Amino acid sequence: MIAEFGHYALVLALALALVQASVPMVGARTNDPVLMAVAGPTAVAQFCFIAIAFAALTMCYVRSDFSVVNVFENSHSAKPLIYKLSGVWGNHEGSMLLWVLILSLFGALVALFGGNLPARLKANVLAVQSSIAVAFVLFILVTSNPFLRILEPPLEGRDLNPILQDPGLAIHPPLLYLGYVGLSISFSFAIAALIDGRIDAAWARWVRPWTLLAWMFLTLGIAMGSYWAYYTLGWGGWWFWDPVENASFMPWLAATALLHSALVMEKRDALKVWTILLAILAFSLSLIGTFLVRSGVLTSVHAFATDPTRGVFILAILLLFIGGSLALFALRAPLLKQGGLFAPVSREGALVLNNLFLVSACATVFVGTLYPLALEALTGEKISVGAPFFNATFGPLFVPLLIAMPFGPLLAWKRGDLLGVAQRLVGAAGIAVIAVAVIFAMEGGGPLLVPFAIGLAFYVMAGALTEIVERTGLLRVPFATAFARARGLPRSAWGATFAHFGLGITLLGIIGETQWSLERIAELKPGQSMSIRRYDLHFDGVTTRQGPNYRELAAHFTVRRHGDFVGVMEPAKRSFPSRGTATTETALMTRGFSQLYLSLGDPNPDGSLAVRLYYKPLVLLIWFGAVVMVIGGALSLSDRRLRVGAPKPARSKAALSPAE
Amino acid sequence: MTRKQRRLSLIGAALGVIALAVALVLGALKESIVFFNSPTDVVEKHIKPGTRIRVGGLVKQGSVWRGDSLAVRFEVTDGKRTIPVAYQGLLPDLFREGQGVVAEGALDSAGTFRADSVLAKHDETYMPKDVADALKKQGHWKDDYESKLGAAAQGRAQ
Repeated sequence: MIAEFGHYALVLALALALVQASVPMVGARTNDPVLMAVAGPTAVAQFCFIAIAFAALTMCYVRSDFSVVNVFENSHSAKPLIYKLSGVWGNHEGSMLLWVLILSLFGALVALFGGNLPARLKANVLAVQSSIAVAFVLFILVTSNPFLRILEPPLEGRDLNPILQDPGLAIHPPLLYLGYVGLSISFSFAIAALIDGRIDAAWARWVRPWTLLAWMFLTLGIAMGSYWAYYTLGWGGWWFWDPVENASFMPWLAATALLHSALVMEKRDALKVWTILLAILAFSLSLIGTFLVRSGVLTSVHAFATDPTRGVFILAILLLFIGGSLALFALRAPLLKQGGLFAPVSREGALVLNNLFLVSACATVFVGTLYPLALEALTGEKISVGAPFFNATFGPLFVPLLIAMPFGPLLAWKRGDLLGVAQRLVGAAGIAVIAVAVIFAMEGGGPLLVPFAIGLAFYVMAGALTEIVERTGLLRVPFATAFARARGLPRSAWGATFAHFGLGITLLGIIGETQWSLERIAELKPGQSMSIRRYDLHFDGVTTRQGPNYRELAAHFTVRRHGDFVGVMEPAKRSFPSRGTATTETALMTRGFSQLYLSLGDPNPDGSLAVRLYYKPLVLLIWFGAVVMVIGGALSLSDRRLRVGAPKPARSKAALSPAE
Repeated sequence: MTRKQRRLSLIGAALGVIALAVALVLGALKESIVFFNSPTDVVEKHIKPGTRIRVGGLVKQGSVWRGDSLAVRFEVTDGKRTIPVAYQGLLPDLFREGQGVVAEGALDSAGTFRADSVLAKHDETYMPKDVADALKKQGHWKDDYESKLGAAAQGRAQ
């Protein structure tokens, strides 16, 4: 019954979505407030019905109802409860249901918290949002229904792919989806503005918080996914430039560009057309990502569904929304009035530069991800575009961006003083030079690239702090005064500092891990040792254990540093009889920001065990930096400016705020 | 600066960055892409030793031989041709005889494929797409994957 109940709720949600996609739009055209007001309640109701459908599927998983095909294929009665729950979205059908759940959640949030939106804008936004929901709910019902039954229910399920049975999977997809489906809101706002043919600074003030929210989740989701890959796959890599990763990274780059251009639009009423285009592109990239992941066109470590009919359906959705929105953009964008003049050297100019580099970097990722698919479709030739391609294209485009980044917040709006800003960044540059010198001395020669890369990371971090130091007068006035000033600074200024500082931290982690990482591979018998850096690992022996749905072969290692006991590491191999597959459970030992990383290979007939040991310096900074970026986003989101008051023209606001 | 000059400087910056991006992409595409080949392709295309390629197929039954210090030799086949592969290091969890595999590296002068990475990117119901296509081309597509899918589809149809 429960499955049918969920199915029915989903059909009702589709009906509501159809109403929501059409009636408010008509209302906005005919200026009928009653019809426009339909949007709010239907958005909330649509969310409720999709939530009921999702809850129903979850119930089927919790009760291990194997008469439902989806549960049979992806669950097992012996599976721990958390993986029964995460199994709901660990498969194609369920993850699409999560996708529409989050889509409707954002619609409902706009309906509930968008009380001070102009009625026409709100009606149009919710209608556009709902038209996306129509397409995807239809997709689920027609091609990927998770509620289908098997006539003769089997006694036991086929279990979830063991590699997905991990706490990381419980959190990663929902975070990621909150991010890239969240970008649908800025898309809907952009389309609504184009339909209405009206856009002003107030519009940017609405879009920015939503984009920021989506961006925060996307950042966390990508970081989480990266950490998950790092500890599950057992190769010690944290980013593979895998198409599935790129699918989430491209929207992140576009969303980052959008955050910055929306800032220009909000403060200076400039870059309107560009901001609209970016909002469309960001969500289009999310849709392309969904297509790449969900259609099975990829050869990828993320092996999910493979079914061509679904691919064609998503491709049709893709063409409809991306093609439609770009066509609308081409028709309507010339009507939007451009405003806000600025000199090339100014805050606006810096943000334009930021956008140029981010979008170009995003384009190179796009080419690297889709070129192999296009080439194969056209010529049948198969190629792989891997890390060397992305390092050679993405890297050089990001370096100038990082060098320019500290300049941005220090430049004045309209017309900036490049020389003056450069003088203020002398401190940051000095720190960078010291870092270069220290690293160079430590390395004692070696490639010059490493000290300079570390120097760049320190420059980015110090540069991010420069603005705060300047504005509080930290080094010039008494500390108490500076502290009081710091408290008085707008949260958005703190937000930018944190986000930029976080990027520097991540950069430092990336350089440390890629340049100084050590690897040892050995075959050990119990009683033997191996060493890496100053750590000695003694192999004590193996034990076998029985888990809830797997058998585990765990190896015990005692870790000593200069002979002193530090801890134990227990990497393991798990074999899952229900699928006949094995997974490698790596053992991690955190030392400061660095980690020891130990994973097992196959046991040999002679009793020895192949092990792979890494020393990963500063590796934790990669994800820690992402968390700092998200804290920055949260600070910026909590800025008073974004919470208070009805939309006001930005110009009067700009006049009131002190010169920056 | 006049309005026109400002606009020109913006357009100039944009074109500069785009030109840089295009140049980087073209350069990288020339240097760093790797072509995928089936064992038949390797033989028929006369791929030169030292060229970086990917070879994909099934690990031939009974061909895996393990030497000292994690050296491994095995043969990759697409049913028509077979290529010997040498690799040193840990093999992925899913590496097994008779299963699909993709190896990246280059041929040496003796015709052995020296792999520096071995990927076995599949689970019980998933075969690397490249490998599946290569096998289909040779008429050796006998994996039970499609029959399983068929069974699932029947389950759905009921």
